[in-house]
Amino acid sequence: MNVQVRDTRTTRSEAASRLAIADCDIHPAHKSKRDLDPYLEQRWIDELRTFGPRRRVGVQSGPAYPKSQPNAARRDAFPEDGNAPGSDLDFMRRQLLDPYNIQLGVLNATGENGQHFQNRDLGNAHCRATNHWQIETFTKNEPRLKASLVVPYEDTQAGVAEIEHWAGDPNFVQIILQSRSADPLGNRRYWPIYEAAAAAGLPVGVHAFGFGGHPPTGSGWASYYIEDMVGHAQSCQGLLISMLMEGVFERIPKMKLVLIEAGFGWLPPLAWRLDKLWKRLRAETPHLKRLPSEYIRDHVWLTTQPMEEPEPREHVLDTFDWVGWDRMLFATDYPHWDFDDPDQALQVRVDEPRRRAFFYGNAAALYGVAAVA
Amino acid sequence: MSKHVVASVAEVPPGSRKLVNVKGRPIAIFNIDGAYYGLLNRCPHQGGSLVHGVLTGLVESDEPGKYCYSREGEILRCPWHGWEFDVKTGQSYCEPDKIKVKNYPVEVSPGRRVVEGPYIAETVPVTVEEEYVVVEA
Repeated sequence: MNVQVRDTRTTRSEAASRLAIADCDIHPAHKSKRDLDPYLEQRWIDELRTFGPRRRVGVQSGPAYPKSQPNAARRDAFPEDGNAPGSDLDFMRRQLLDPYNIQLGVLNATGENGQHFQNRDLGNAHCRATNHWQIETFTKNEPRLKASLVVPYEDTQAGVAEIEHWAGDPNFVQIILQSRSADPLGNRRYWPIYEAAAAAGLPVGVHAFGFGGHPPTGSGWASYYIEDMVGHAQSCQGLLISMLMEGVFERIPKMKLVLIEAGFGWLPPLAWRLDKLWKRLRAETPHLKRLPSEYIRDHVWLTTQPMEEPEPREHVLDTFDWVGWDRMLFATDYPHWDFDDPDQALQVRVDEPRRRAFFYGNAAALYGVAAVA
Repeated sequence: MSKHVVASVAEVPPGSRKLVNVKGRPIAIFNIDGAYYGLLNRCPHQGGSLVHGVLTGLVESDEPGKYCYSREGEILRCPWHGWEFDVKTGQSYCEPDKIKVKNYPVEVSPGRRVVEGPYIAETVPVTVEEEYVVVEA
């Protein structure tokens, strides 16, 4: 492997003159279990303290923590106050936003956000509170940060209501769902959520993990963490295939799907197989009017972290070519341990227009954020 | 190559580590049971700060269901992606022939020798009574 080693200290000190970066997956965290209290009615605070959240699965979003590193985080991402990585905005500025010149950071509050609570009323209140908390703690105080709207997607009506409540609010640039939902995400019961998002002009982000109770792999519950880590690609393929075949993109022309932390090397061969088979089996899904790959080309974006690292590294460029350079979004996954460093993630030469598109322009266009010079 | 005084021995007791800067290079110094090791503080993968890494043991296996745990405290895991390195040599476990962290010889020198030179002690005040950690870089 030919790994370039660059002195990031030197380059980071020149942050202001660096290429602007859009980081499409940052995970904010609570400082304390009481962070959401200001945004919850007393009835729900009491409920949480008295009964606790009832989850659909014991392992709420995959295997038990710590997942490879403490809190599944970079060991150097704990703020000075000792609270959870991702909980301190000032520390996030100093460690992430400033040195890498991140001009757009998209928050994905995928932790204890209420989406996975079986008590739907509690979960819905928790999602609403999480959205308030994202604004008050992060986006209101830092214009470079935008939030993903946490939507209680297993409760269709509440999900739609959450989108309509915040529609037009500039703090939010997409809605966020999670993979491994209770039903495959192409299921019609989710469609009103997608229609509401499209009407509000918000892309639908789906972050890998999720709480539906299904294992990440298609082969049952695995023994090792590494199996889950690569299994997320499987679960995300499943939800994409479901959306394609159920006709979500035919039904909702303005639907924009962003697959987050799902990998991307698998997408071209999946599209090849779908196209081949659909030509033979088309009569089963006559509601589709175009090849599956054409819907993918028009409706799907992907974040790259954790970056595929083939050898030779140039093969990753072939994959970008197949998916489309305008569909690839850079992400760090900060503060998690499988963080991709903007300086190191793409260790191959790329011409300037493509580099700018991948690291900023694609995200700015997708999320409706101003381009930078 | 020149020898640089980077700390007094008391500053880096056994079980501790310290990040120092020599000729503009960040170097992580580890004291393992009184022996000192120096590694460039930059993981060759994506640049993680190795001084933040955990020192663990080497778990190996000849067949599924059996394992051998050895070299406790001598395997440094990158604080980001968990790549494993031999703290004594900088060699990576998964690709020892290709991936290596640059290592720097570290020794302990008594103050009376340090003051004689040819050591470079730009940031550490030296007295003859103490002992010092010296990095060759």
